Amino acid sequence: MRKLVVVGHGMVAHRLVEAVRAEDKTGQWQVVVLAEEARPAYDRVALTSYVDTWDPASLALEGADYAGDPLVELRLGDTVASVDRERKIVVTEAGHEQPYDTLVLATGSRPFVPPVPGHDLPGCFVYRTIEDLDAIREAAQRPGRGRRSAVVIGGGLLGLEAAKALRDMGLSPHVVEMAPRLMPLQVDEGGGGLLRRLITDLDVTVHTGTSTDAIEPDGERYIARLGNGTELDVDLVVFSAGIRPRDDLARSSGLEVGARGGILVDDTCRTADPAVYAIGECAAVEGKVYGIVAPGYAMAEIVAARLTGGEGTFPEPDMSTKLKLMGVDVASFGDAHAATEGALEVAFNDAVAGTYKKLVVSDDSKTLLGGVLVGDASEFNTLRAMVGRPLPAEPGAILAPAGGGAAVGVDALPDAAQICSCNAVSKGAITHAITEEGCDSVAKIKGCTRAGTACGSCVPLLGKLLTACGVEQSKALCEHFTQSRAELFQILQATRITTFSEMIDRYGTGTGCAICKPAIASILATLGNGHILAGEQATLQDTNDKFLANLQRNGTYSVVPRIPGGEVTPEKLMVIAQVAMDFGLYTKITGGQRIDLFGATVDQLPLIWRRLVDAGFESGHAYGKSLRTVKSCVGSTWCRYGVQDSVGLAIELELRYRGLRSPHKLKSAVSGCARECAEARSKDFGVIATDKGWNLYVGGNGGATPRHADLLVSEVDTETLIRTIDRFLMFYVRTADRLQRTAPWVEEMEGGLDHLRAVIVDDKLGICEDLDAAMAKHVGDYADEWRGVLEDPEKLAKFSSFVNAPGTPDPTISFRTERDQKVPVLLGIPEVKQ
Amino acid sequence: MTTSIERTWTAVCAAGAVPEWSGVAALLDGGTQVAIFRLPDDRWYALSNVDPISGAAVLSRGIVGDAGGVPVVASPVYKERFDLRTGACLDAEGVSVAAYRVRVTGGVVEVEFSP
Repeated sequence: MRKLVVVGHGMVAHRLVEAVRAEDKTGQWQVVVLAEEARPAYDRVALTSYVDTWDPASLALEGADYAGDPLVELRLGDTVASVDRERKIVVTEAGHEQPYDTLVLATGSRPFVPPVPGHDLPGCFVYRTIEDLDAIREAAQRPGRGRRSAVVIGGGLLGLEAAKALRDMGLSPHVVEMAPRLMPLQVDEGGGGLLRRLITDLDVTVHTGTSTDAIEPDGERYIARLGNGTELDVDLVVFSAGIRPRDDLARSSGLEVGARGGILVDDTCRTADPAVYAIGECAAVEGKVYGIVAPGYAMAEIVAARLTGGEGTFPEPDMSTKLKLMGVDVASFGDAHAATEGALEVAFNDAVAGTYKKLVVSDDSKTLLGGVLVGDASEFNTLRAMVGRPLPAEPGAILAPAGGGAAVGVDALPDAAQICSCNAVSKGAITHAITEEGCDSVAKIKGCTRAGTACGSCVPLLGKLLTACGVEQSKALCEHFTQSRAELFQILQATRITTFSEMIDRYGTGTGCAICKPAIASILATLGNGHILAGEQATLQDTNDKFLANLQRNGTYSVVPRIPGGEVTPEKLMVIAQVAMDFGLYTKITGGQRIDLFGATVDQLPLIWRRLVDAGFESGHAYGKSLRTVKSCVGSTWCRYGVQDSVGLAIELELRYRGLRSPHKLKSAVSGCARECAEARSKDFGVIATDKGWNLYVGGNGGATPRHADLLVSEVDTETLIRTIDRFLMFYVRTADRLQRTAPWVEEMEGGLDHLRAVIVDDKLGICEDLDAAMAKHVGDYADEWRGVLEDPEKLAKFSSFVNAPGTPDPTISFRTERDQKVPVLLGIPEVKQ
Repeated sequence: MTTSIERTWTAVCAAGAVPEWSGVAALLDGGTQVAIFRLPDDRWYALSNVDPISGAAVLSRGIVGDAGGVPVVASPVYKERFDLRTGACLDAEGVSVAAYRVRVTGGVVEVEFSP
């Protein structure tokens, strides 16, 4: 076995390890990662979003701890001090010697701090790591008078990100940029002018075309002296003036560096020493250093391929950039500055709409070379993919606003055009996945090709490609309703129609089916329409809801009483046991900490439930598209490690949301500490206790496509937690598709988790009051469905095996004994279909 | 000597016992189970109650509706649809269930059935 030593563990190093482990089928490489930082690689590109949660877990990269992989050893906080290429070892600061067969340097870069006098004062920071942000936060929170302010030195991409972070922390930011415009590398003068206006509107003061001459202490605060004579009174200073490759290990071990720094490597990322590679921001590929993640990923993939017998060289990277800064779209692609000889520029500046678009074209104006978009970058993906290719129309026509313009469709792109630049996925690869591999949804394309899984900006294009390939993405519920479930919800809510028959008369066609009837019954139930078996509603329900039990393969049903949070007294357990014995029911503990009783006939169901209801049980809704269980660990009451009462909260949540009809089943869990014994992150909404409050995770899923839930809010009190879950659930039940769990709902939401947070935490759409009221109504109106059946002779009458022989059991049902319990004898061997 | 198959109408239940857009199961002589469905305008249908795909006697508990105008019931087990008029399965080729004639006489639902 050979030893691969990776120095550094940033995003690119992580990609390398992932790729090596994926390609190394025979396990020939033992990987050792030596990381300077005390935490595994995280999503540094999304660093600014850390301010939303202050939870490092929100930036975690999937699998970056390599848990359970015996071939990867990740040594955190183990900095490499030197490399001895002759002996093929690296020496750590702790004095440990680590031999290697192949060494990959992925040491990244460091922020460049210009040697301005005062740059090393305590109030000066850089913007690169979680620790940097923690330090800025601490300084920003120091008590002071009035609105606090900060200055960011550097008006590039990272500087504006820093300004956003500072603004989100409640400071008034200034941005100082030496160049005459913001983001000088990406945008041109016209775009920079508009960008400045849009950013200034957002309470950021912009100073361009000036240097920063000195930072001086002024009591508790600082004065930043600008070259143009301006003096800024600020509480802290953030330097964001570019980055420099960390090539020290190469220099000290005699490896060549590039003219502007960076470990010199060839187009396979190899140094002059065949056993040493360099990737990411520390590498100078044929002399050129790249400061964004996509080229770094490409380098990681190339090295991984080469180490595992593959081929590949570093392609001319796509340096296109698209970002949203404080809600302002900024994008540049290709030759944005018209550096190509003879290049022509066509610009469209709409000061009213706040958009600026420029295309750079070849001298014959037939080929697209690049462009800049500010204010509206919705055409970025299509335009970027067309760089170097013939334009489908006159440049002016493409730039003109919608309506008059010639739309640039995804059809116009050639197969080689790159749709996802993060993971280098071409249009051809995606259409192949759609037409040859049966991917008929954006989610499947993501799983199959990895397109759209990094920054997500190409997701709308994936949808368009599906349409272009003839994959019907119709949102129609079924042949009887052209509307989507969300639209039907809105119609029912607005019109207050309470029957299916009126709904289909007015908004549908035909007589309905097994898809639309239960879907509309579910919406009616969510909106609060009495008992689910009342009147016509009984004929709409699927058999599970109709008999308030779960149909099993032989036509019998199973019964699940609610056991909130999994907490149950021995007395109640005995009731369940006695009922099971009296009715001869097969008994099994479920995955959701409750007990399932199998083999009941329709005639038996009311008799069983009479006993259960009398003993204080109620429906567990195991049969419904509704809240199932809120699982819990034992929590701080008993557990030596618990920090909060997880059982108490689980019971409170389960009782609050029980009976809420939703597009699909809802599962939840509460863990009393970070050990996460309740597996809350595999749930639709999961809560994990911290010593300061609760962290809420949403959109998790077990089942066939497991997904860890994402952190929505952190360290909130119980009241805030419940309010947030209320809104999450109500927003979900109103807008999701039929049978869409929360995981794909969150995943397919335009704007993703940020949008979700904006809607239900920041109330961006102004609907939170309405969501809160709807949940309050649900909680107030809740009534046990089984009690409702037992109290109504008309509903009870439906629980009959035969209309002409009530009480006679179905003669086709028979049982045999297996492991001391009864199990069904099947009539034939059914062909189980999906 | 000739034999003739005797067809008889078997009374099952009162028409009022079957709400529109729903079904009931009836147990006939010899253990045969029939699912009887009622649609508006006194349209009645009867099929074997046994779902041939799952083997369970449950078709009467399926949701009644239409597929392109054809009246259907969807099996509650795996959701295959059966033509209420003929018993033919719309979702599995070559699969069908027995269809019975059904009528209402004097407010009583009767199924034509020979044991």
